[in-house]
Amino acid sequence: MAAMGTPGALRVASWHLTAFRRFWRLNLLSSLVQPLLYLLGLGVGVGSLVDRNTGSGQLLGSASYVAFVAPGLLVTTAMALTAGESMWPVMGSLTWQRGYHGIAATSLEARDIVFGHGTWMMVRSGIAATAVAIVLACFRETRSWGLLPGILAAIAVGVSFAMPIMAFSINVKLDGAFAGLQRFLIIPLFLFGGAFYPISQLPTVVQWVARLFPLWHGVVMARDFSVGDVDWAGVVGHTAYIAAWVVAGTWIAIIRLRKRLYP
Amino acid sequence: MSEPLIVAEQLIKRFGEFTAVDGIDVQVEKGEAFGFLGPNGAGKSSTMRMIACVSPITAGRLRVFGLDPATQGADIRRRIGVVPQLDTLDVELSVQENLWLYGRFFDLPRPEAKRRSAELLEFAQLTDRATSVVESLSGGMKRRLSIARSLINEPELLLLDEPTTGLDPQARHVLWDRLYRLKQQGVTLVLTTHYMDEAEQLCDRLVVMDQGKIVAEGSPRSLIGQYATREVLELRFAADGNAAAAPQLEGIGERQELLPDRVLIYADDGEHALTETHHRGLQPESALVRRASLEDVFLLLTGRTLVD
Ligand SMILES: Nc1ncnc2c1ncn2[C@@H]1O[C@H](COP(=O)(O)OP(=O)(O)OP(=O)(O)O)[C@@H](O)[C@H]1O
Ligand SMILES: [Mg+2]
Repeated sequence: MAAMGTPGALRVASWHLTAFRRFWRLNLLSSLVQPLLYLLGLGVGVGSLVDRNTGSGQLLGSASYVAFVAPGLLVTTAMALTAGESMWPVMGSLTWQRGYHGIAATSLEARDIVFGHGTWMMVRSGIAATAVAIVLACFRETRSWGLLPGILAAIAVGVSFAMPIMAFSINVKLDGAFAGLQRFLIIPLFLFGGAFYPISQLPTVVQWVARLFPLWHGVVMARDFSVGDVDWAGVVGHTAYIAAWVVAGTWIAIIRLRKRLYP
Repeated sequence: MSEPLIVAEQLIKRFGEFTAVDGIDVQVEKGEAFGFLGPNGAGKSSTMRMIACVSPITAGRLRVFGLDPATQGADIRRRIGVVPQLDTLDVELSVQENLWLYGRFFDLPRPEAKRRSAELLEFAQLTDRATSVVESLSGGMKRRLSIARSLINEPELLLLDEPTTGLDPQARHVLWDRLYRLKQQGVTLVLTTHYMDEAEQLCDRLVVMDQGKIVAEGSPRSLIGQYATREVLELRFAADGNAAAAPQLEGIGERQELLPDRVLIYADDGEHALTETHHRGLQPESALVRRASLEDVFLLLTGRTLVD
């Protein structure tokens, strides 16, 4: 029997890391630009409008609109990042560059590739959310210890999107499908997932759709942490729900990747 | 008596209704260089992929190192090197990073992976390109890197699927030389190829596959001796003249083959056959006498040329 060495997932993750290191500045910058633009554009612009209206603070449950949006940005950044990283790169590793096929020919197998992707997506979500949190900590209005558990919520949401989307991408034949996924899932969730206003403002049906996906659960947790009003039973429920997405996505991804790599 | 390194019995691979490998029997001994020859779609890659444990067998029996690929795939893969038909290199990474990472996949400690990488770069004559991005390499260099990478785990068995397809003659000769050295070091080689000269150069033994079946087996020399004459006379006639000339050549040599662009006459004495042709008043545009090759064996067995 072979001795247990470094877990396969870590060996695969170190492959991702090597590729990432080549372009890390660009990668980090691009995952920072978007949240900062939203923070400035919406937080400051819309915020000045919202904060002037009496009663909004009560509805939002936070001191200011910027403080309301900030934790949402932490979590949506992770979602946008891992969603994209689980589309083209996954397809490319199977079709254009065939990196997964290279790994599958070694003593590693489909499960290691999927776990490796998940591990790497945790790292990437963590890096991106930490970078956003550092920026948020620079401003008095958005500064809070709650940003730290907020990073954890962002990582959880990041992986919960990465795994099901990876499962989807494994069998995608034309990359046009990804543009569709971005337009019809990721962007709508970004807008209607509770990051910019409480979903109670939405029609009931839309509220339920928002609740169906993990984003809203992560946003709510991150916001509760930053506002300092934590409902621990809620945290357990949200975390369990997000974890269910991770487990289901991982499971389907392994089955599909196995079929794809070992036909 | 040790068991052969690879044993396949009535091995079958189906994709849905389609049968890609149709009940082949193969044994490869330790230290041997073994070839799968055949035209496009013969089932060479499908067979190689089953041996490499990246494609489950449909039926029959397969053992590699005496292990069962269905249940011990990872243990087998740990001990083999694979050069797939399509490169799976990380084109955005450097040459040495490709080697290091592959070493990591096999869980080599980092210093060991680096040590072996340096050796393999030397072996593949890529030392001066170590830090180049793979994308910038020529086709021959990429293929050499693929081979180098497949050796990082010091495999006992190396599987090469069309290692030299698409390379210029010089690059092919460099590769042959490298493979020959590996064989001398005791690595068992299994390769597929469309090229007869490659098979003749490298293989101790080979099988000719066609439509999923093995149609002949033996050493290159024995196959030629068994299926072809000593020499071949190749005649080319002016436009459309080949078909017209064929009946008039009847009886010259042992056998004839009419191809779209030429007529082949199999004869132990090619010069004699050519004299006979001239005696019959035929004026080919060109005539060439050469030694029979595996190409002729293949043509005889399948009625088709190897490279379309
Ligand atoms: N994953 C697959 N799904 C369906 N059919 C396949 C698959 N892989 C191979 N085939 C079919 O099996 C047959 C044999 O293919 P294979 O790749 O083994 O041939 P080959 O001898 O390697 O040919 P080539 O010289 O062109 O590489 C072909 O008809 C091919 O279309
Ligand atoms: Mg092939």
